[in-house]
Amino acid sequence: MKGWLLHHRQAGAQALRRLASTPLNTLLGALVLGIALALPAGGEMLLANFQRLAQRVAATPQISVFMALDAGRKEVAEVESRLRKHAQTREVRLVPRDETLKRLKESEGLGEVIESLPRNPFPDAFVVVPRAETPELLEAMRAEFAKYPKVEHVQLDSAWVKKLDALLRLARLIVTLLATVLGVALVAITFNTIRLQILTQRDEIEVSRLLGATDAFIRRPFFYFGALQGLAGGLVAWLAVLGATLLLRGPVGELAGLYGIDFSLHILPLADSALLFGLAALLGLAGAWLSLYRHLSH
Amino acid sequence: MIRFEQVGKRYPGGIAALAELTFAVESGEMIVLSGHSGAGKTTLLKLIPAIERPTQGSVIVNGQNVAALKRAAVPFLRRNIGMVFQDQKLLHDRSVFENVMLPLAIAGVATRDAGRRVRAALDKVGLLEREKAMPVALSGGEQQRLAIARAVVARPSILIADEPTAHLDDDTARDIAAMFRAFNQVGVTVLVATHHESLFAPYMTRRITLAHGKVVA
Repeated sequence: MKGWLLHHRQAGAQALRRLASTPLNTLLGALVLGIALALPAGGEMLLANFQRLAQRVAATPQISVFMALDAGRKEVAEVESRLRKHAQTREVRLVPRDETLKRLKESEGLGEVIESLPRNPFPDAFVVVPRAETPELLEAMRAEFAKYPKVEHVQLDSAWVKKLDALLRLARLIVTLLATVLGVALVAITFNTIRLQILTQRDEIEVSRLLGATDAFIRRPFFYFGALQGLAGGLVAWLAVLGATLLLRGPVGELAGLYGIDFSLHILPLADSALLFGLAALLGLAGAWLSLYRHLSH
Repeated sequence: MIRFEQVGKRYPGGIAALAELTFAVESGEMIVLSGHSGAGKTTLLKLIPAIERPTQGSVIVNGQNVAALKRAAVPFLRRNIGMVFQDQKLLHDRSVFENVMLPLAIAGVATRDAGRRVRAALDKVGLLEREKAMPVALSGGEQQRLAIARAVVARPSILIADEPTAHLDDDTARDIAAMFRAFNQVGVTVLVATHHESLFAPYMTRRITLAHGKVVA
């Protein structure tokens, strides 16, 4: 166990020495990997922000409940009390038919048309602000309200919530695809770097074998090298995304302000940052493994 | 300690480097392997740490048949055999100290113990003052001594050397020969392949002479 730990410490130190001995190569390698990773990481940052914004906006959907034209005062009061008692409603507002008529009469252009009507064509209506947020729950509420007595029609303005949801899903898919493609690129780049490393360390590998080194001993520093290079690439990507976030924060906030939205760009969430570093190291390791398997076997 | 039984080695292409080789080396013995160039001395030495495998017969080292050893077991066999190569195989991007450290790092010796043992080995070959030097800065004789220090630092029970005195002047060559004798005297089994048998004559060692891949004396 102690020997094993010692071997790992030595292998890690050796990998660091090799990285430090060619600073320019190390820097360029980290930049290449970093730029490849910055694309999906940046996409993830934007997506996380957009999702947060969407959640806030989508959290105020409305359900319009229209009564039948022949619904009496009693029935309207009955539905109102049921709506108010419903566990999932946050706010219920009655829009009486007379008020609707009055408002539309005052509106430009429609006034004359409305005047010519023999009687009030508008029903009493309720505007319900639900507590529920998911499309499924909202849909269930719509179905339930539709069954109330003398309720003619229930309108759930969830179509745009669904569209937004679909759009976010699409964006998530694109980011995932991008991450996959560039992840493969990262593996390929590490594969090649490790191949060159193996070539430059030929003598050392041969001598170590003659002195009784196991395959594991010879491979270990290369694994560390791959993982460390991946990690360095992850760091570059993280810094690039951080820089972009800070640069974009001002203009994006301004733009949102013009639309009356209070919004400021957040940096990559902690979980996503951890995922970025973890994946970068893991992919580096995978590239090293493939390269060692290909170039160090007999 | 080492036993060759009917050993034959044929390289691809049909050249027989060794044929029907049978001999034994006792623990603590010192053997001088002589013979003209191409007689098979290097091949014979390479069979002991399984750098080459025989095509016939068996090579027994410490009771193990090296000819049939699994690949994964080879490193552990080699850790018990110190080797001085004809071309030395020093690592030129590492200091004298780090070169000698390598076998201990491979064997997993703790750093503090290892440092002490490296210095002890360097002291034995007279290179203690040069531990920070790079191999290119050493003379031919010093490089050879460095190779010897690396071969003995892990305290192997067997030491094999292929032409360790080639390209050295007489005085240096004598020093090197004496060094092998000194290791032999503390119990290490030594096999030296050399053209300069006379260097080892004072030590009354056993001599095995090869010609065309066979033992002739």
